[in-house]
Amino acid sequence: MMIVHLLLLAAGGFIGSLARFAASTKWNGPFPKGTLAVNILGALLIGILAGAGMTGRPYLFAATGFLGAFTTFSTLNLELAEKVLAKQYKSLILYAVCTYAGGLGAAFAGYWLAKGLLGVLN
Amino acid sequence: MKYAAIGLAGAAGAILRYATGIAAEGAGSFPAGTWLANMAGCFLLAFLTAGVFHLDKFPKDLAAPISTGLIGSYTTFSAFSLEMVLLMEQGRFQKALFYFLASAVPGLFLSIGGWIAGTGLIKRRKPS
Repeated sequence: MMIVHLLLLAAGGFIGSLARFAASTKWNGPFPKGTLAVNILGALLIGILAGAGMTGRPYLFAATGFLGAFTTFSTLNLELAEKVLAKQYKSLILYAVCTYAGGLGAAFAGYWLAKGLLGVLN
Repeated sequence: MKYAAIGLAGAAGAILRYATGIAAEGAGSFPAGTWLANMAGCFLLAFLTAGVFHLDKFPKDLAAPISTGLIGSYTTFSAFSLEMVLLMEQGRFQKALFYFLASAVPGLFLSIGGWIAGTGLIKRRKPS
């Protein structure tokens, strides 16, 4: 691992985690809309970057660093666990379905849109 | 100051996730690096949030940098989603489904387990 790789990851991770912090402070309530929003948006964007064929250092900064830190799996599951322990099963199912279906759908859409657009342009 | 600490911890989380990915290389088409980071992060975040952060000796200013910054950034949802899309693109639907289930189900149980372990730690320290 080269120093420049570490710096790109660190810069992306720095901005990404702060952006997520801002979104969750602003929008998270009884239903974690902030976490949901960053996860779906982040999945869409990584789909677009990968679909557009981004690799190397730009990808390390934007995808692995920024989007990796912007989205989160641990907070998602902590919020789901809190719903299990509070026996809020309806909210649990709603949150899990919105995140997983929305996130996977967004990554899929972003990937194929970018790939398709690139194919048309070339 | 608070923002700088969260950002720096987030930077460290991203580097650690990348290092985990390198350490887990060679696991074939299964994205072992992301999976490992996500599973470890689920347990740790819940254990710290329910337990360690409530200990009297724990410096309260470090809670947000460690949880939102370090662990939030160490685990990732974007790479997880993309890896499933890429597995499906290669026609590996069974592997994609396996990856999804092997992440979502243990992730939730590790979080619940971490929470229970954390509250247990607090109860032992502060007998009521």
